[in-house]
Amino acid sequence: MHLVPKAVLFLACLVPLGRLVWLAFSGGLGANPIEFVTRSTGTWTLALLLITLSITPLRRLTGRNTLISYRRMLGLFAFFYACLHFTTYIWLDQFFEWPAIVKDVIKRPFITVGFTAFVLLIPLAATSTYAMQRRLKRRWQQLHRLVYLIAICGVAHYWWLVKKDITEPAWYALALFLLLGYRLKLRLSATQAPRLNPK
Amino acid sequence: MLIRRPDNIDPSEITDQSVYRQRRNFITGAAALGAAALLPNNAGAATKLPNLKKSAYKVDEPLTPYNDVTTYNNFYEFSTDKEGPAVLAKNFVTRPWDVMVDGLVHKPTTFGIEDLLKFSLEERVYRLRCVEGWSMVIPWVGFSLNEILKRVEPMGSAKFVEFTTLHDPNRMHGQRYPVLNWPYVEGLRLDEAQHPLTLIGLGLYGEVLPNQNGAPVRLVVPWKYGFKSAKSIVRIRLVEKMPVSSWMRASPSEYGFFSNVNPEVDHPRWSQARERRIGEFLKRKTLPFNGYGDQVASMYAGLDLKKFF
Repeated sequence: MHLVPKAVLFLACLVPLGRLVWLAFSGGLGANPIEFVTRSTGTWTLALLLITLSITPLRRLTGRNTLISYRRMLGLFAFFYACLHFTTYIWLDQFFEWPAIVKDVIKRPFITVGFTAFVLLIPLAATSTYAMQRRLKRRWQQLHRLVYLIAICGVAHYWWLVKKDITEPAWYALALFLLLGYRLKLRLSATQAPRLNPK
Repeated sequence: MLIRRPDNIDPSEITDQSVYRQRRNFITGAAALGAAALLPNNAGAATKLPNLKKSAYKVDEPLTPYNDVTTYNNFYEFSTDKEGPAVLAKNFVTRPWDVMVDGLVHKPTTFGIEDLLKFSLEERVYRLRCVEGWSMVIPWVGFSLNEILKRVEPMGSAKFVEFTTLHDPNRMHGQRYPVLNWPYVEGLRLDEAQHPLTLIGLGLYGEVLPNQNGAPVRLVVPWKYGFKSAKSIVRIRLVEKMPVSSWMRASPSEYGFFSNVNPEVDHPRWSQARERRIGEFLKRKTLPFNGYGDQVASMYAGLDLKKFF
């Protein structure tokens, strides 16, 4: 039923990766290609996380319930770019210099929260199938609420990394604030109308 | 306090005969230079700087390609993106340009850019280490800042030198945003400023300094993190008290006055132990004082570099 739009969305989610590959082969990654790839994959992880989080509000505001069928793919693509981001850091940036990596994760708050966000994404990706959803029942939704914490960690990761000009992370923070604020509002009104079950 | 003067005159500070001879060459070339100085440096091809003396100050490492040096820039006066300055500084007009040298000096002087180009220019290949963890090797053109200091004759009370970048939000768009406390201010201790390695940069790769690299006149202090090397300087002031630099003001726990390259002292948010040389894949170890320890470490003898970072 939604096969065509899903295929289009799938391809659209691959565009950022395709762009990186294109730039890599055309020499367009600039003077510091590893930094470019790290930044780009990180930015797309965050963007896709926020897009995933915007499905529920969009669905409620537009009344188009079919939107929910795209959420899993978006979430998995967020995880996909997080994996690329993490691999870039471990492999290209640090080149498996484990002592330095462990020190970074423990000592650098921005890496600590980024690493936390990545680790927390793993169980969500692993339980993203319908089978898991059925098997975990109510637990599934509880588990997947971790995405709020993950998104907060993701924005903090970006915010703390920037040297001085926080304009860009501030936009992501604002978007997250609105997305979480909307849910909070739903939750508060749900105390009056218990049938609403915000996610 | 932290005042320590070098107790002997470095041989390189004594003007040798070849320099006198250079002056003659220079007089013949002066007309050409003067003409070059009047040309706006954004008029197409970069202007070559003639009669460059090859300096003994050079590192034997591969040069960072010109294209990388001129497209990957931290120059917040134009943009906080690395690629921004090359685009946004394209039409930055650097003529006329005056640098006022004043404060605690006997002979306060204003140097026009054409006066600065009349100093004996040499090419020096220096490492540049950015506080962000990347580095380059750049063939600068310029002369020791000390040549200027000698002319203006610092008073005994002068202990520090303060550098101020042009403040003109109409010409430098980045200054419309309060990213830093404008104008950009940097400082050196007087002995650091007098050190022969401390360069007044007027060019790179044998050409007039591209706008995005701090045209028309900048500082180059190779043993300190890049941000210490103020760009597009309009004022050099000798003072008694330690200047508060823009970065110290922005984040005192992260940026100290000295900001000597030091693999032992991490930035609070990231390690400084290694760096990525632009163009290289693997990170390399960062050297104390960016590899200039032999020349400069003695200036900091007895100073706790962890405390005075």
